Amino acid sequence: MIKRSTGLYEQFSRKGGDALRATHYCAGCGHGIILKLIGEAMADLGIQDDSVFVGPVGCATFCYYYFDCGHVSAPHGRASAVATGLSRVLPDNPIIAYQGDGDLGAIGFNNAFQAANRGDNFALFFVNNSIFAMTGGQMAPTTLEGQVTTTTPFGRDTVKAGYPLKVCEVFETLEAPVFIERVSVADTKRIMLAKKAIRKALQIQKEKKGFAFVEILSPCPNNMREEPVKAAELFTETMEKTYPLGNFRDRSEKPVPTPKGVPLKNEKELIGGGKETVATKNDPSFKERRFKFSGFGGQGILSLGLVVAEAAASDGKFVSWMPSYGPEQRGGSASCSVRVGGKEIGSPTIDDPDVLVAMNQPALERFASSVREGGTILYDSSIKTNIGFPAGVRAIPFPASSIAIENGVSKASNTAFLGAMTGLGLLPFGETNIKAALAESMSARPSLVEPNMRVFETAMKWITDNLRP
Amino acid sequence: MRKFVRGNEAVMIGAVYAGVDAYFGYPITPASEIAHAAAEYLPCLGKEFLQAECETGSANMMYGAASAGKKVISASAGPGMSLMQEGLSYLAGAQLPAVVVDIMRAGPGLGNIYPEQGDYDQAVKGGGHGNYKCIVLAPASVQEMCDLTILAFDLAFKYRNPAVVLADAVLGQMMESLILPEKVSDVPDTDGWAVKGRKETKDNLIFSIYLDADRQEAHNFLLNKKYEEMKKDARAESYLTEDADVILTGYGTSARIARSAVDVLREKGIKAGLFRPITLSPFPAKELNACATGKKIVVVEMSNGQYRDDVVLHLENKEQVTLFNRMGGNLPKVADLVGVVEKAAEGKA
Repeated sequence: MIKRSTGLYEQFSRKGGDALRATHYCAGCGHGIILKLIGEAMADLGIQDDSVFVGPVGCATFCYYYFDCGHVSAPHGRASAVATGLSRVLPDNPIIAYQGDGDLGAIGFNNAFQAANRGDNFALFFVNNSIFAMTGGQMAPTTLEGQVTTTTPFGRDTVKAGYPLKVCEVFETLEAPVFIERVSVADTKRIMLAKKAIRKALQIQKEKKGFAFVEILSPCPNNMREEPVKAAELFTETMEKTYPLGNFRDRSEKPVPTPKGVPLKNEKELIGGGKETVATKNDPSFKERRFKFSGFGGQGILSLGLVVAEAAASDGKFVSWMPSYGPEQRGGSASCSVRVGGKEIGSPTIDDPDVLVAMNQPALERFASSVREGGTILYDSSIKTNIGFPAGVRAIPFPASSIAIENGVSKASNTAFLGAMTGLGLLPFGETNIKAALAESMSARPSLVEPNMRVFETAMKWITDNLRP
Repeated sequence: MRKFVRGNEAVMIGAVYAGVDAYFGYPITPASEIAHAAAEYLPCLGKEFLQAECETGSANMMYGAASAGKKVISASAGPGMSLMQEGLSYLAGAQLPAVVVDIMRAGPGLGNIYPEQGDYDQAVKGGGHGNYKCIVLAPASVQEMCDLTILAFDLAFKYRNPAVVLADAVLGQMMESLILPEKVSDVPDTDGWAVKGRKETKDNLIFSIYLDADRQEAHNFLLNKKYEEMKKDARAESYLTEDADVILTGYGTSARIARSAVDVLREKGIKAGLFRPITLSPFPAKELNACATGKKIVVVEMSNGQYRDDVVLHLENKEQVTLFNRMGGNLPKVADLVGVVEKAAEGKA
C-alpha cells in the first residue's frame, strides 16, 4: 500500500477488487514509487487536467488505475509513437509517456529513438529494471552481462546476446532532446534525486520546451528472487556500474526553436485552381476513342495525353488518363492511355488503341501491332523501322521533330503531334478546347505558349498540304 | 468546380474536405503521391503532416492523435499495410476512428509495384489479431477516391472504428475529372470518449485491455453488434442488371474493366450486367442477391479468388460462379473477359 498521494486517484476503482487504496505492484517494486513521484509533480505543477498520459505494455500497463489525468493505453513498444501523435495534435498540452526496458529498449526502440531525434514534444519516463518483468523475467536489452534470466539461464553472454543497451548514452548523441538524466529509486537518497529529475522533465513539458527523457533504474525483487531491501542493495551495486546515474543534458534554459512558417490558406485557396464544371454529356452516339501516347521519358508524352484529356473534358466528354509509372518510367520509356467517351468510362487502360502516337522506335515497335482495325498510327518520320503494320490500320510517318525544330522549340514534338491529330480529325472535341488546353499546360512557362501555337499550326498545315485530298 | 487530378491526389483533396487534422505515413510506391499531397496541403491549413519512421509508427501515431478525437489518415500499400495491421487491431479494440488508404500493389512479399487486389482479405477480414473488422470502401474512379475518403471519415466517426479505403495502383495513378466537394465536413462531437487534455475529458480512457474474460467477451459482443449495425450502410452500384442473364461482379479497377466488357457483350446481344460493391465491409449481400439470384455470375478480380470467396459466401444460390482473374500486376483484358462471359452464358464454364 502506498500513502495517498496527490495526482493519483483517491480510490483505485479502475483496478477493481477489494483493496482500492493498494496498487497491484509487488512489494519493493519501483513502479509504485515512480507513479507517486510523477503524480505529485503533476499536481504540484498544476498540469493534471491538461495532461495526457500514455501508458505502456508491461507491469505499468495499469498505471491508468492510479493517475488522475487523461490516459491513453498504448500497444507494446509504441508509447513513444502514440505520444508523438498526441503531441502533434495537442501541441499545447503536456504529454507524458512511460515505457519499460523491453517496451522501449527492444520492440519500440526505433519509435522512441526517432521521436527523440525529432525532439517530439513530450516527457518520456523510461523504467529500467534490466528485465522483462511481467512476461516472466526474460532478458531485456538492458539485462546485465552475465545476468541470469529465464531466456539467459546460463547468464547473458555478450558474444551471443549483445551488450546492455545504454539508452541515455545513445540519446545523448542526438541533437534534439532538451533534457536527459538517469536516476534510481532504489533508496531514499536516490528517490530524492529522481523526484527532482521527474519534476524537471514535467516542468519542461508544462512549458512545452521539447523532448525530456528520464531513465529510472527500478528494482524488481520478484524477478531477482530477493526480499525487497536486499534486492534494492544488490540492484544498486550491480546496475550502477553499467548504468551510472547523473544528468547527461539540460538545455531547458535555451530558447525553444520554432519551425519555419508556411503560408496559411483555407481549403478553397489551397485546392482551388479548379475550373467551372463542364457537365459531362451522355451522348451514346459518340463512339469511345482510345489513344495511346508513347516515347521516351522527357518527350512530353504524359503532358500530350493530359492536353488531349483536358480538351475533351472541357467539351463535356467523359475522360480517363492512365500513365505508365515506376521502373518502366525510370527505364527511359513513357506511355499513357487516354480514353474519351460519350458515357462513363469503363477500363482506364487500353489494350487496343484507335490512335497510337509513337515518338520513338521502341514505342512504335512495341505498340503498333495492338492498334485496332480502322485505327491510326502516327509516328515521327525520323524513326527508321521495317516492321509491318496491321491490316486496316493507317500508318502515317509525320515530321514532328523537324516541325518543332523549325519553329525554334525542339522539345515541342508533342505539340506537333497534337496539331497533326487535330488536322486529321482524330480529336473531335473542338479546336478551341484543344488550343486552350495546350496553352493551359504551359501556364507555368507562358513564354512557351506562342512558339508552341506556331508548332501546332504548322503541323495542322502539314496535314492539309500532304494528306488531305 | 472541376479539376483534372490523379487518384492519389483526389484522396488527399477528400481528406482536406473531410476536415482531416493529421497525416502520418511512410513512403511507398504506388501510394506516395498521397503523402506528397498531404505534405503540401496540411501545413498550409495549419494541420499536421509527419513522415513516420515506419508504418508501425504511422499506425500508432494515428492511434495517439485519434485518441484526442482528431481526424487522422495514413496511406500505404502491400508491405506497409501489413505493418499497420497491429495498429488497426488496437484502433478497432480501443474503438478509435482513423482512415487508412491502401493503394494495392502486387504481392506477396516484395512483389512489385503494379496493380493487384491481393490485400482484400487483409482489409476485409481483419488482418490484425483478434475479433474485429475494419470498414472497407472500394472506390472505382478518381471522383470516388475523393468522395469515399470523405465517407470513410464519416463512417469511422459514426462507428468509432478504423476505415480502409481499398484502392489499387490504377486508381491511384490515373487521372480523371474531379468535381470538388462544396464544403468542409463538420467537426464531430467526441467529448464523450476522446482524451483531449481538458478537465471535461479527463476521465475518458482509451484502452483495449480487459483482464477479465467476461469483460473481454462482452467487449467483443459489443464490437460485433456494431458490425451488425454497419450493415445498413452497405452500398453497391448496379449497371444493366435488371434484364441481365449473366452478372459480372468486381470492385475497383476490376469493376471498371467489367463495365467495358458489359458494353461489348451487350453489343454482341448478350444480356450482361455489372454488380459493383462500393462497401466491401459491410458487404452489400442484400443488394448482390437482389440482382444476382438465379443468374450466372462471373467474378472479376486481380487476386487469387479472395473476392470470389466473399461473393460465394453471401450468395444464396452458390452454383454458378465463375472466376476470371489476373495477378502479378497484369490487368484482366476486356476481350478475355468477354470470352469467359460468353462461355459462362452458354453454360460451358
